[in-house]
Amino acid sequence: MSTFEFPPSIRSRPVYCVLQARPGKAHLMIADAEGAEALIDLALRAPELMAKAHVIYIPKATDFGAALKALNPAQYYEGPSYSAAVSRIKRVFLDASMGLQIYLSGTEGLMGQALSEAMQAGYDHTAIQTEHRGSLARRMQCVHCKGITEDVSNDPFQCSHCGLNLFVRDHYSRRLAAFQGVCIDAEEPGNVPPSKELYS
Amino acid sequence: MTLQFNTETFRDDYSFHNSQRAIDRFPFPFHEDSYMYAVNMERHQGGPADSVYEKRFDVDEHYVAEMADRAKVLDDDPLRCQSLPHMTLAGWDLLELIMVSKSEEYPDFFELHREGREWYWINKPLGIEDHFTFMDDTTLPYGPMEYITRQTQGDFCVLDQREDNLWMDAGMVTTQADWSLDFDIGMNFFEWHAPVPLAHEKGIFKRALKFLLNIQQGAPARRLNWTMTVNPLLDTSPENYHKWGIQKTTLTSENIGAKQHLRVELQTFFRLPRSNALVFPIRCYLMSFQDIVSKPKWGRRLNRVVRDLPEELAAYKGFIANRPLMLDYLSQFDDGLPTSFGVWPDEHITPTLQR
Ligand code: HEM
Repeated sequence: MSTFEFPPSIRSRPVYCVLQARPGKAHLMIADAEGAEALIDLALRAPELMAKAHVIYIPKATDFGAALKALNPAQYYEGPSYSAAVSRIKRVFLDASMGLQIYLSGTEGLMGQALSEAMQAGYDHTAIQTEHRGSLARRMQCVHCKGITEDVSNDPFQCSHCGLNLFVRDHYSRRLAAFQGVCIDAEEPGNVPPSKELYS
Repeated sequence: MTLQFNTETFRDDYSFHNSQRAIDRFPFPFHEDSYMYAVNMERHQGGPADSVYEKRFDVDEHYVAEMADRAKVLDDDPLRCQSLPHMTLAGWDLLELIMVSKSEEYPDFFELHREGREWYWINKPLGIEDHFTFMDDTTLPYGPMEYITRQTQGDFCVLDQREDNLWMDAGMVTTQADWSLDFDIGMNFFEWHAPVPLAHEKGIFKRALKFLLNIQQGAPARRLNWTMTVNPLLDTSPENYHKWGIQKTTLTSENIGAKQHLRVELQTFFRLPRSNALVFPIRCYLMSFQDIVSKPKWGRRLNRVVRDLPEELAAYKGFIANRPLMLDYLSQFDDGLPTSFGVWPDEHITPTLQR
């Protein structure tokens, strides 16, 4: 099981829990990659959810699709990427009735973006649960050019838009669903320490 | 009113300077010889004549130049001014608060004529005259918050109050000590303060928030905060850090007195009447080390504060690398004599430097 205990951090950094079955008229489950395992665990504990569940899954490079489908959710969709799936996600939020329970699992980037959509659609954060699984990579905003770099797993890293070398902060914006990246060699251009895997 | 507005810049050739009057009224932030975070808040109901605390919104010799600098920052990066859709009413509240305060307190500079909702605003220093309809967004060239804060020194955060918290839902932020409005907009009090060391653990933010939630209309409050800036650069934003960060490395023992500036923020808190939002103006005053040490008490004290400041704070405030150089300079102005309590320079009772 690919779970990770995040060390204590600053107050803007999100914390995640373990998905709990909650009573609701409908259940929307959005996961990417190993996030599928959290949904499978949830379904094992509360199989009755699945008949009212809509599962939206982005496998990335994993293959949990068949196992998820085998849970027999009322609706199942598999998309190639978050950006491909997002219009569908928005549509589902728009239609959903009050009493919808939202379950998000997988990478921080997936959960953060789906959470931000749900909040914009007017869902209260108390109706939304998140469970981290899989990659520790982060979605980063470059504070200088504002470009977002997805799946950053090393610190420092190079902004995929402006090319600056950025260090990875824990400061997190829920609105942007991103952590902040700040130029690491501003005071000594060219002096960029070797990149290390996050939390290594 | 005899105030002369300086022709000066806060970038490139840095022609910014403080007159003797500005030095005399500088809001020196240390009331004793050491510094630690505290819930340092007091009422903002005037202060000694000609001090920066006297008026609700202090207008000083840097006004016109600061507004030109703000306009330049906004041309380069419009995201420095943002307002979430539900904050427009608070913007009108703020416009009213500033126009009324300034026209009452600086009648030679600002006039506000009101007939019902038809308002006529005259800002003489900036050469602005506008007729508009109060609460009608279409009658101003910008949104109300942007319009009035393009004419008022200091950054502005406008906080929505809900769920027993404050939410940074609007702001004009071009003279900030290295934080990003674009990143922090929408955050609550604890989230935008997340990067600050030590203060969360000391319970400071919990107590401060409680105080702020209870601020009433007509009873504003204030506090001081401070940091260090090399060159009189107003726009020390994270957005532009990759451009200005290098300037921190240009300090030498020869130029430090002129180049190194103590940056003091006079932060005030006003409850707004219609929106129940809280507005948080952050007014920045810059003063070079050489001007500070012209007051013997301030020179002695600044040396002691900088010397004894905990590492975490020096690192957070971004001057840990330059601290040794600062102390080489400042220690020349500290002869070890005791200092009087309080922030004022107390020149009549302070001995001159004993060398
Ligand atoms: C509601 C009004 C306030 C706003 C909008 C505000 C905003 C901020 C922001 C944006 C920062 C920079 C954080 C960063 O590093 O990214 C900061 C720092 C800080 N704030 Fe506030 N703040 C407010 C009220 C207060 C109050 C009432 C206190 C009282 C104790 C306080 C204490 C501090 C301290 C100690 C720091 C660190 C400053 C330094 O060391 O330079 N703030 N604030």
